Amino acid sequence: MILFLILAGLSIVFSLLVVFQRNVIYSAMALVATLFLIAVLFLTLEAAMVGILQILVYAGAIMVLFLFVIMLLNPGLLEGRSIAWWILGSLAAVLLLFVLVPFLSDSGRLLPGQAPAGGSFGSPESLAQSLFTDFVLPFEIASVLLLVAIVGAVVLAKREV
Amino acid sequence: MVPLNYYLVLSAIIFAIGVTGVIIRRNIIVILMSIELMLNAVNLTFIAFSRSLGSMDGQVIVFFVMTVAAAEAVVGLAIIISVFRHRQTLDPREMQLLKW
Repeated sequence: MILFLILAGLSIVFSLLVVFQRNVIYSAMALVATLFLIAVLFLTLEAAMVGILQILVYAGAIMVLFLFVIMLLNPGLLEGRSIAWWILGSLAAVLLLFVLVPFLSDSGRLLPGQAPAGGSFGSPESLAQSLFTDFVLPFEIASVLLLVAIVGAVVLAKREV
Repeated sequence: MVPLNYYLVLSAIIFAIGVTGVIIRRNIIVILMSIELMLNAVNLTFIAFSRSLGSMDGQVIVFFVMTVAAAEAVVGLAIIISVFRHRQTLDPREMQLLKW
């Protein structure tokens, strides 16, 4: 419980830093920290494989890509702030929380309690078992999606098509 | 043991922070990063429900969300690079014309 509270507080602080930090590089570094903390939260939920994938794919590959693009484009200047949009955005978030939080903090009554997890729950074996039996068609479609993304990125970033 | 509700509320808070980022920021790279934040909040919900219901399906769906997020980030950043080449700006308010 204490571990969860520490992780939750830190991840909220770092995600606020992502949004309210004016320097893009600092935002990206705060996002890396947030992704690591969420990976640790996955580990506390006995999702070991997904947590490791989170660190490898998100905090590793995707964030390196973001930092690479930031440094390639080198935006330099701090962006300006518009107080009207600032108020509007915060208001939208607060309204969203007012809708979601009472519902979510109530929903535990509808669900069974924490299921006793077996020894192999969340392991690579059980994930692969599910992935290659029940979800084999989405898996293949995901590989086609990745191929399309690779081709699209090459075509878009090329100087002259 | 931490109840399921705590994870759901944490996820809602992170999602709302991501929505705020999309609305108030003027740098398109940070907007893309806020979208990643929202995707992660949803992933946390999936994992929490997977643990609570004792089913692996939620974790498999998180795997697919990660795949789609990777593809989205790659294509989005490629578009940002090619727009930056034409306009020399990262401000989404100046990207109003389809062709220039």
